Amino acid sequence: MRIAVLIKQVPDTDEVKIDETSGTLVREGTGTIINPLDLHALESAFLLKRFNGASVSVFSMGPMQAETALRESLALGADDAFLLSDPAFAGSDTWATARVLASALISFGPYDLVLAGEKATDGETGQVGPEVAVMLGVPFSTCVSSFNISGGFANLVRTVEEGTESQRIPLPCLLTVLRDINEPSMPTLAGKMRARRSDISKVDAATINIEHSSVGLTGSPTRVVKVFRPRVTRGAEHFDADNIDKGVERFIEILKERSLL
Amino acid sequence: MKTGDVMVVGEVRSGVVQPVTMELISRARILADLQGSDVVVLLMSDELESGPGECAAFGADRILLALAPEFGLFNQDIQYRTVVHAVMETKPAVVLAPATTSGRTIMPAAAAALGTGLTADCTGLDIDFDTMDLIQTRPAIGGNVMASIRTPNHRPQMATVRPRTFSPGEPDRTREAKLLRLDIPQEILDSPVEALGAEPAEGDESNIQDMDVIVSGGKGVARAGSFDLLRELASLLGGGVGASRAAVDNRWIGYPHQVGLSGKAVSPRVYIAAGISGSVQHLAGIQTADFIVAVNRDPDAPIFRVADLSICGDLFDVIPRMIDAVRSRIEKRKS
Repeated sequence: MRIAVLIKQVPDTDEVKIDETSGTLVREGTGTIINPLDLHALESAFLLKRFNGASVSVFSMGPMQAETALRESLALGADDAFLLSDPAFAGSDTWATARVLASALISFGPYDLVLAGEKATDGETGQVGPEVAVMLGVPFSTCVSSFNISGGFANLVRTVEEGTESQRIPLPCLLTVLRDINEPSMPTLAGKMRARRSDISKVDAATINIEHSSVGLTGSPTRVVKVFRPRVTRGAEHFDADNIDKGVERFIEILKERSLL
Repeated sequence: MKTGDVMVVGEVRSGVVQPVTMELISRARILADLQGSDVVVLLMSDELESGPGECAAFGADRILLALAPEFGLFNQDIQYRTVVHAVMETKPAVVLAPATTSGRTIMPAAAAALGTGLTADCTGLDIDFDTMDLIQTRPAIGGNVMASIRTPNHRPQMATVRPRTFSPGEPDRTREAKLLRLDIPQEILDSPVEALGAEPAEGDESNIQDMDVIVSGGKGVARAGSFDLLRELASLLGGGVGASRAAVDNRWIGYPHQVGLSGKAVSPRVYIAAGISGSVQHLAGIQTADFIVAVNRDPDAPIFRVADLSICGDLFDVIPRMIDAVRSRIEKRKS
């Protein structure tokens, strides 16, 4: 079985600080990590590799620095890694990103199973997975909290608002996973050594037959027209340790004002 | 330039049209009035107890009923193809859907199939009068800045909206809407995806995103058993219990309760953060809460910078006092 895992390099939000004056994120000097949910997608692939036998290819679209994330996935156990990087990809929205990923999966595939995290911690849209599936023309599911592969089908459980749902989907298919699906393992020393020696395939637009105008800023259906800081209008009230009862009193008033009590 | 209609993809669970649908219809009504167009509501279900009347009262002009036994259990494949089919039939300029797990699953697939853009989790939707484009506003990375997004050259313009983002307007019970049956081609219903069953979550696991009040605990809660204190306050207020990533990572409480970037984004009317320092991760998940109450021992905790009401004190001291105060208020009202 051939498995592809789609990963994204995201800022390490544990390290991100808020600029006191501007209220924006200070991203300079903070590290990057593999999007946490993508680690669970990788682990799912490695478990299938171990128990069912499979090859695991990892794809990431991003700047050259995203090589770090791909090397880490090699250290964790991936067989090969593809960095989809081209100045023409810059500024892609989810649709254009999905197009790049889908084109790469078609060029280097076919894959029996494509896995990804349900969403990334930076954009948080959760859109790229389903978009890639439709562009590949394969069925998909999202919010997968457990699954197994047998007889050419993925048998899966999704966790949604009201509870869980079970589904059966024929391969090839694409699944996006939640964090309760497994516990990602740590890279081994041997894995790190292997990763250091491995090559990461650099893939540009021409390699996967993508016209520059169809992706990136120009190819994206959506455009960011303005970025602004929301005005904070919170008239905060503070009660210190000596005035807890007054604070609790205020809390009750607030609940009453909102007819919650 | 002639502008088309505004379509709302309704959220129907077990034959019941969910409140988020009315929130979207109310907003769609405003957008449609600005453009002089109609609000079309798509309802996909195996059966409908009620709902169309409600949709009309909140502003629907036409209701497309997609009724088939295949909609009984959620099937993303059939649903997204039905949305695509409905869009092709009615050619709306704007399509709005709830950013629930179903909306977040079917809408990107529908957008990809239609070759158009989709903006997730919009907190603002307006019309730009120069171009008649939909201006979609959403929190950008980490939630500290907002981005306004436009879909200039593709139609329809599609957006998802989290539940409770827009308040439903006043229903007008005299309004009527045209009911239309949407015929669904058999090839859409013959899906490779098989929906086998659904299990409701057990008691405590109900969805915190639907709650008016959320009481969340973090590192300060220190152990699993202590979440009972938060549960007690939450249940008195008819709310739910949330948690920071630290509490979930320590396995004091399950992942469905996690609030923040790697968990759920919530928009309760009152959010109570107990023993949560307030990492960027967590703050991004509560920015659309109406009112934030923070209880923390550390006067320098970042949570105090975003809270509307800050109480500096040990949660094991403050929360019981809150419980007592709430309880005595409830008893006073009874007598």
